[in-house]
Parts: sequence; C-alpha cells; structure tokens
Amino acid sequence: MNSRVSQKIAFTVLFLSALVTILPVLLIIVVIVKNGISAISWEFLTAAPTNGMRSGGIFPAIVGTFYLALGATAISLPLGVMGGIYLSEYSKDNMFTRILKLGIVNLAGVPSIVYGLFGLSLFVIYLKFGVSLISGCLTLAIMELPSIITATQAALHSVPRSFREVSLSLGATKWQTIRHSVLPHALPGIITGAVLSNARITGETAPILFTVAAFYLPHLPSSVLDQVMALPYHLYVISTQIPGISKSTTYGTALVLIVFTLSLNLFGIILRTYLRRQKKW
Amino acid sequence: MVETPKVKIQANNFNVFFGKNQVVKSLNMEVYSNEILGIIGPANSGKTTFLKTLNRLNDLDDDFRMEGSILLDGRDINSQFDVIDLRKKVSIIFAMPLPLPISIFDNVAYGPKMHGIKKGLDEIVERSLKAAYIWEEVKDRLHESALNLSGGQQQRLCIARSLAIEPEVVLFDEPCSGLDPISTAKVEEAMMELKKKYTIILVTNNVKQAARVSDRVAFFLMGELIELDSTEKMFTNPSNKKTIDYISGRFG
Repeated sequence: MNSRVSQKIAFTVLFLSALVTILPVLLIIVVIVKNGISAISWEFLTAAPTNGMRSGGIFPAIVGTFYLALGATAISLPLGVMGGIYLSEYSKDNMFTRILKLGIVNLAGVPSIVYGLFGLSLFVIYLKFGVSLISGCLTLAIMELPSIITATQAALHSVPRSFREVSLSLGATKWQTIRHSVLPHALPGIITGAVLSNARITGETAPILFTVAAFYLPHLPSSVLDQVMALPYHLYVISTQIPGISKSTTYGTALVLIVFTLSLNLFGIILRTYLRRQKKW
Repeated sequence: MVETPKVKIQANNFNVFFGKNQVVKSLNMEVYSNEILGIIGPANSGKTTFLKTLNRLNDLDDDFRMEGSILLDGRDINSQFDVIDLRKKVSIIFAMPLPLPISIFDNVAYGPKMHGIKKGLDEIVERSLKAAYIWEEVKDRLHESALNLSGGQQQRLCIARSLAIEPEVVLFDEPCSGLDPISTAKVEEAMMELKKKYTIILVTNNVKQAARVSDRVAFFLMGELIELDSTEKMFTNPSNKKTIDYISGRFG
C-alpha cells in the first residue's frame, strides 16, 4: 500500500468518525425543532398550563428554571471562587490538600441522582426546608461547585507566577497580590467556567426531582420556600405521566429547554471570546 | 585619607539550601551604602539566589532554607524585619522586564497604592519615571498599557516602579539580559545616577557591564565568594587565579 492510499484511508476514517460523533447531536436538534416548532407561540411561552397540562403554556416552568439557575449560581459562584482561591493560592501542597483536590475533581463525576438524594436528606428533611426553591438551589449549587472550583483553580494557575513575584516584591501583602494582580486576570476564566457549568446543571432533572420540582403549579413562587415547576422535570412529566398530550407540546417544551441551555452556553462562549481579546499578555 | 564606607548590608556565614542542594556556601561579605556592587559568576554560582534572599523572595519557594544571617542596617532581615517592611526598603528589578498588564501609570503607582498612599500619586509617578530616565518617552501616554512599550522602555518602567516605593536598596538581577545595546546603555545610565540615592547590587552575566558601572565587584563560583574588591583591582590585578580565568573568558 503506497503512502498516498494510506493517507486517503486515514482521512476517510477520521472524517467519518467526526461525522458519526456530530450526527446524533444534529439529529436531536433537527427532530426537536421539526416536531416542536409548531407549538411555540406567545401563549405557550407566557401562559400557565391548562386542561391537565395538555394545553396552555409552560411559563411557570420557564420561570422556575430561571430562578433555579440564578439561585444555584448565586450560591455556588462566591463559595466556589473563594474555595478555589484558597486551594490554589494558600493551601500547602501536602497529602491532605492533594486528597481534597482529587475529591473535588471526582465530585464532578458523581451521578446527578446522588446529588438529588443528598439534597433530599440534608435540605428537605434534616434542615426542614421542605421541597422548596431554596432546597433545589442549594442542591444544584452543590452540584455546580466542583466545576466552579476547578475552573477557578485553572484560571488562577494560568496567571503567570511573575505577576505574583512582582507584586510581592513591591511590598504588597499576599491578599493584596491576589486581589489586585492575580484575580483580575483570572476572572475571564472563572466567569466562563461558571456560565458553562450553569448551563449544564440547568438541564438536570434528578437533582430537582425530590428537592423542588412541582408536578403542577400554575402560579409563580412567592417565597424561597415555595415549590416551582422546572423545564426538565415538566418535560419528564408530560412525556411519561400525561396520556393523550399532543406531540408538539412535548417537543415544544424540549425545544424551549434546549434553547435555554444552548443560549447559556453561547453566552459563555461569547463572553470567553470577548474577555480573551481583552487579555493583553 | 579614605573615608570609611558605611555598611548597608552584611552577610554573616550565610548558607542557602534548596532541598538537599547547597547553592550558597558560608558567605561573608558587606555591601556599602551608595555603591554599585557588581556580582559576576557563571550560571549556578548562587548570585541570583543571594540577591533574592535580600528581600526574601526566596521565601516563596517551599524548598528554600537558609543558615547564618543577613543584616540590613544592622538588623536581621529574617527576625527583626516584617517581610512587607523589608520589601519596601529592598526592591528588585528582574531579569526580564515584567510590567503588569495595566497602564504605565498604574504600574508605577502599584506599590504606593498597596502601601495605602492615595494622595500625591501623580507626583510620585512623575518623579519615579524621571528618575528612571523614561519620563520624556511616556509622559503623553501614561494611561496606555505598559505592554505597548519596547523591551528597554519596559525595563526602565520596572525601575521606576521599584523607585516609587522609595526603597533604600535596589537589586538588579541581570536587568539587561534581554535588551539591545542602546537600551542597555540607558539602563546603565539610570543605574549610575541612582547610586547617589540608593545602594545598588547588580547581578550580571555581562562581565564588561560589571566593569562599566560597578564600584566594587564580587566574583561567585559554585556558591562561594571567590574574590571581592574594587572594580579597578578586579579587572587589572585580581589576586585569585579563578577570577583571572573567568574574567579573561577561559571558563563560564
């Protein structure tokens, strides 16, 4: 076999592999858009479900998911960033911190249903928050924490060591150095990491299943102790529990969920591109 | 009659270890006020390590360990100084120009701001930039990024940044290693002017540079101080065979 033939074979195999990986994703989007687009209307996006959720809209679920995403990030972002700063800048490199860091990396791989059950036992039952917005936000926040900590550490790590040396050599304290010479330059990476991990948890069903999600709740929550409807759970409910629901309603809900998370992702990517351009070294 | 010089820095039986490696061996030497002391020697001779000990930047390295003592104005830099106060008095210029990715003004004002100075920053910045011989080149673009400057300008900016904290000792760690001859000449010119106010220690790989600007020259080899004498004596009539070999380019 001459080199030109082997080159062609290699190219074909690699190209097909790439195609096979992207194909399911494209198919999912095509099928959902094709079946769901007809359901999308102003009423669908702004009204509460009616007629046993067979008609009406999904407004409460959209708002619920929005609250959950916002609340989870409001809790996990400051905690995760501060934890990341401690681990990356302050902690000594010893057995304990190495195990801790390994644990955090592994937490990102824990199945989401485990987070859901953990949230149920700690927030809902033990802390008596009940099935509520606050329990759901806390559960999602815990799920989001590992990736925010990891993103923070990576972003801090990418700031040149020389910035720290320069700052310290000018008589700045360690905290001043981190605050003024390290954190500002790590911020793009941290924010991007947070947005992307937020997009990931937004679509999760298992963590909210026992902690916050309402089967049917046509009005909006009035306090953090209220339940809310959420898009992923609503989709699960209408696809499995509601007989005789129109196909377009189900697919329309899926379309809204996908657009919701994809726009978060897109926002993260645009933000990253923008902030990277601002980076000057 | 020769005036007795005032001792600014004194190293007493000073040793440095990184892990198990000893990189500075029983060093005893003095640095006088308002002199430029050049330190020459081949790679791994302990020059930079010694320099970075003087404002305790080596403390950042977990493997670093030292024995003996270093006195600044007669006070032990480890036990009788707060590290922040020490670094305000002893500032350093690194081998590569390391401007922070902020404006020229903010670079120079960084140190004073960290020390809580809020008023008179404009004057401090102007004075420091003038002292580093870069004011004329940057006065119209103080709020542009420092990264737009050329390498030589960046290094003089770094000198200005160090001067802004009003140190007493300025350490130069091969400050011209990445610069062209014209920029080097400008940095050297700045140094000559600075010694009127500051004590300067210049670590350099460039033997000729040491000869040009130093009042006295120390020769380090494998962590040991081989010889320390006036520049004239070192370059015309050194007493140690190793010094002769190094200066004449036979090794290193």
